[in-house]
Amino acid sequence: MSTSATAHHDAHHDEHHDTGRNTTLGFWIYLMTDCILFSCFFATYAVLFMNTAGGVSGKDIFDLNLIAGGTAALLLSSITFGFAMISAYKKSKGGTLLWLAVTFVFGAAFIAIELYEFNHLIHAGHGPSTSAFLTAFFSLVGLHGLHVTAGLLWITIMFIDVAKRGLKDRTVTRLGCLSLFWHFLDVIWICVFSFVYLMGAM
Amino acid sequence: MNLLGKLSWDAIPHDPIVLGTLAVVAVGGAALFVFMTLAKKWGWLWREWLTSVDHKRLGIMYIILALVMLVRGFADAIMMRTQLAVATNGSEGYLPPHHYDQIFTAHGVIMIIFMAMPFMIGLMNIIVPLQIGARDVAFPFLNNLSFWLAVSGALLVNISLGLGEFAMTGWVAYPPLSGLEFSPGTGVDYYIWALQISGIGTTLTGVNFLITVLKMRAPGMKLMDMPIFTWTCTWANVLIVASFPILTAALAMLTLDRYLDFHFFTNDLGGNSMMYINLFWAWGHPEVYILVLPAFGMFSEIVSTFSGKRLFGHKSMIYASGVISLLGFIVWLHHFFTMGSSANVNAFFGIMTMIIAIPTGVKLFNWLFTMYKGRIRMEVPMYWVIGFMITFSIGGMTGVLLAIPGADYVLHNSLFLIAHFHNTIIGGAVFGYLAGFAFWFPKAMGFHLDPKLGKVSFWCWFIGFFLAFMPLYVLGFMGMTRRLNHTDNPDWNVWLYIAALGAFVIAIGIGAFVLQLILGFKNKDKNLDKTGDPWNGHTLEWSLASPPQFYNFAKIPHVEDLDAFTDMKEKGTAYQRHASYEPIHMPSNTNAGPIMGLLATAMGFALIWHIWWLAGASFIGLIVAFICRAYASNTDYYVQPDEVARIENAHLDNVAKG
Amino acid sequence: MNLLLTRNLSKVALAALVVLLAGCQGGVLDPKGQIGVMEKELIITATILMLLVVVPVILMTLYFAWKYREGRGEAYEPKWSHSTKIETVVWVIPIIIIAILGVITYKSTHALNPYKPIESDEEPITVEVVSLNWKWLFIYPDLGIATVNELAFPANVPVNFRITSAGTMNSFFIPQLGSQIYSMAGMETKLHLIADEPGTFDGISANYSGHGFTGMKFEAIATPTREDFQEWVAGVKANGEALTTERYEALVEPTEYHPVEYFGTVKDGLFFDIIWEYMGDMGRIEFYGKPEYGAELPEGVILPQRERTVISHESEEASH
Repeated sequence: MSTSATAHHDAHHDEHHDTGRNTTLGFWIYLMTDCILFSCFFATYAVLFMNTAGGVSGKDIFDLNLIAGGTAALLLSSITFGFAMISAYKKSKGGTLLWLAVTFVFGAAFIAIELYEFNHLIHAGHGPSTSAFLTAFFSLVGLHGLHVTAGLLWITIMFIDVAKRGLKDRTVTRLGCLSLFWHFLDVIWICVFSFVYLMGAM
Repeated sequence: MNLLGKLSWDAIPHDPIVLGTLAVVAVGGAALFVFMTLAKKWGWLWREWLTSVDHKRLGIMYIILALVMLVRGFADAIMMRTQLAVATNGSEGYLPPHHYDQIFTAHGVIMIIFMAMPFMIGLMNIIVPLQIGARDVAFPFLNNLSFWLAVSGALLVNISLGLGEFAMTGWVAYPPLSGLEFSPGTGVDYYIWALQISGIGTTLTGVNFLITVLKMRAPGMKLMDMPIFTWTCTWANVLIVASFPILTAALAMLTLDRYLDFHFFTNDLGGNSMMYINLFWAWGHPEVYILVLPAFGMFSEIVSTFSGKRLFGHKSMIYASGVISLLGFIVWLHHFFTMGSSANVNAFFGIMTMIIAIPTGVKLFNWLFTMYKGRIRMEVPMYWVIGFMITFSIGGMTGVLLAIPGADYVLHNSLFLIAHFHNTIIGGAVFGYLAGFAFWFPKAMGFHLDPKLGKVSFWCWFIGFFLAFMPLYVLGFMGMTRRLNHTDNPDWNVWLYIAALGAFVIAIGIGAFVLQLILGFKNKDKNLDKTGDPWNGHTLEWSLASPPQFYNFAKIPHVEDLDAFTDMKEKGTAYQRHASYEPIHMPSNTNAGPIMGLLATAMGFALIWHIWWLAGASFIGLIVAFICRAYASNTDYYVQPDEVARIENAHLDNVAKG
Repeated sequence: MNLLLTRNLSKVALAALVVLLAGCQGGVLDPKGQIGVMEKELIITATILMLLVVVPVILMTLYFAWKYREGRGEAYEPKWSHSTKIETVVWVIPIIIIAILGVITYKSTHALNPYKPIESDEEPITVEVVSLNWKWLFIYPDLGIATVNELAFPANVPVNFRITSAGTMNSFFIPQLGSQIYSMAGMETKLHLIADEPGTFDGISANYSGHGFTGMKFEAIATPTREDFQEWVAGVKANGEALTTERYEALVEPTEYHPVEYFGTVKDGLFFDIIWEYMGDMGRIEFYGKPEYGAELPEGVILPQRERTVISHESEEASH
């Protein structure tokens, strides 16, 4: 694929658009913008979490056992995604597909738990319109949930891509980006879990 | 359920001014449509331009967007100034608050987001890849998509003219005023979606250009060797990447408040509107540096080119820009010293703001010492530079004054503030873009514009600016606050008349600029730029034909000096003929960008009017279109060596003929 | 030639500036109060300091552009692009100026802190200010009266303003007396002003708040003596109706160009009610420290109880 225009620049990769290194670095920078987006919601949560409008506070509504289950699912999914990447680098199509599927199941379990929690809260009368605290809580956790959902969609697409086209360089680069995305969401979740749930329940 | 949401015939305004504007737009649009159809140009327009992933063509389209929006935003400005000149001594003027309040909001939003930003990004698109010796940006499709998202936002703002209303909140849209309780109409929704959609496009642009300069520089060009314009754009992109997500977040929260009854910024149930104001300016202040830093880069290129000299203090320019960028993030609170923060907090943000004056002052001195012992050719771009240095010094001074909390307590929100930021944004950013436009026009388009009309345009802008805005400083001192619909103070009248006169002088400047373009295209063949290096340029873009070959560089240059092209000319390595060329790998044009832009517009429109089925359908369409494009093969092709050789030899023959 | 022209021009400009500064009637450069006077002096000092850099830069720009233009045969050094000496000077000069300005800023920000009471032998007057759409309500808690769009106080007596909003954000500003400050719903801001001489000054909202913003003006009357002020108070008491909760709620309805209104009596603690309507939702107020409002509440006023939307038994325990 690589045809250098001039002989004397082997370190130079301008010839290709969307080369793997450009894509990965670009994706890193995108993740940093996402990180800033999350930090805005964290900051807003920090400002608003006391503003319960006479209603419930975190202590009253957080079910740590449930959330611990979701957290475990998400953390495990990060590990299984790691296995998927190892398989991908080894060019093992079957292994990649298997671990992607396992990751998907853990991710879906996390989302299911989150949806259960949200549904439960709304039915108990603690919906996001009830107070600024709940607004900030639902938005921050929901934003993370939306990202995970997007990640699940992406895993599905990558699953089809790998199944149909195998593990070409481009596909592995994309799996690498997805892996960054998935681990990034894990890190964000650890922050959500610590700052929102643990500190809120104390 | 209503299939059209809140949309009904009542949404069309009955105001004669609006209806007149709509009629003009309709007639103009129809004429353009007929012309394009008769000339059979639609296919060409779609294949060659709208779907193009060529950074140079995208840049040109960005600038066309900026100029169209400049006219729209300036029409708003003229209406405001005439309203305030007419509505004195208690008279109500011709614009009732309902209309006037939309106009000043639209003016701010359009000029910042849909004029200055596309203008800056357009010039950056055309020039940055050329200056670093790259064949394109890192992600050409994303570049096309960013453009269409900007167009989508601009479309929404303009649709608001004919359907519904625009926000009546001022361009900052502070809650609780912009909340559902006090702004129940569609205006703020137009504002939200126009900014949100174009803002996401801008974030993508930032990411794209950062990777471009990090990964695609020509061999031999170290980071510190990048031309100063590329450097200032890079700082601007760092700012974009770090600040636009904050805007996205603030707007998303406002959206949730308005659409789903959330309570981020409402008065009741514990919302806190101050949080919006903080988030908005945490984006808004870096935003002004995003606008002005690339302009500083343009001035630097121009002053060094037309002085026939190397730029004085290239390194200190880079560091100064970096310091400005970093400090730009810790000064946002100076936009609301009057919110009641403690004296220590206000003093901290005031002093931080002033510190920005240091690197900015250094830049001014560097331009001065670039002129020192130079050989200055007073061409049109150089006029803008001199005009800028005078105007901007004053704007900077009044900025430092406003940064002193004690002074801000009486000047905040007054016309003094309006005068200050127009002084820096027009005198800094817009003068820069117009300078850059005059400087790089021959490069991008391949022919020269009439310099006489260029100078007329400059003088009208320059004099018009001082006439229009110096009176506002005075009015600010006299206690006139911003966003008043009419006034009742005889002492103010004369200054309001002068300001209106200034706006008309600027209008003549814009007229001269448009005439310059029309005549330029008409007499194009007489004014061709055959060598590609009309100003004896210093950087790599001047080593190419005008307009540059679509693949930019037939062979990627090897850079050995800061002023790479000057160096090549001195060493005699410029304009070399090569015996053979390699095939060049290029990205193909794509339908996905314009289609996604259209879907984003449809989604925004549907959300504004609560047409839920359309919003859902276009959102799904967007996702599907993106996935299809991302996983498509056949997104590139090769240019064959014989074609490269033919194009290159034709250009070199032109150069040889001089 | 050019240089001469510039010199003359700058002289004219300077002269014009002086005339302007002197001739501004009724604005912030024509202050009638101690705070305003200090702010005017601050503006002038800072401007002069900055002109020390700005004027030379502008003159040098014009001079260099003229001196080194093509065809004059001046020295030409195309490669000269670095001089440590010049670089040092151009960094140091702005740093010095900004350092001086920084000190001035720190000191003046503390001296002019709107929250800082004005030192005076006179007993200050307290006025509670509420911005409504689109009018100003002034409550005199110690006198038990209230007015709309008219404010009065004796000259040479410090006035302590406590400011809030019932809806959108505004900015309370009497340009000739000095500082402004935002009025925000659910929050209280403070401002301390004094008039050095009697007079009637324009008061405005300096933050856009919707359709009726332009008409949101009031008159601030500084009476020559306390006796004159008492006379004004007596007039308000004699002419005014009672500002009850119901009457207040009618007043909150949006109006434009609202006429001056007098209220002879005011419901006790009305200002607190207005703030608390939204501040109550801020939840655990003790998190911010001791609320000051409680301490200054008129006797007999009970804190309004918010209707609790959803509450479970645990959360009631939790809030203790």
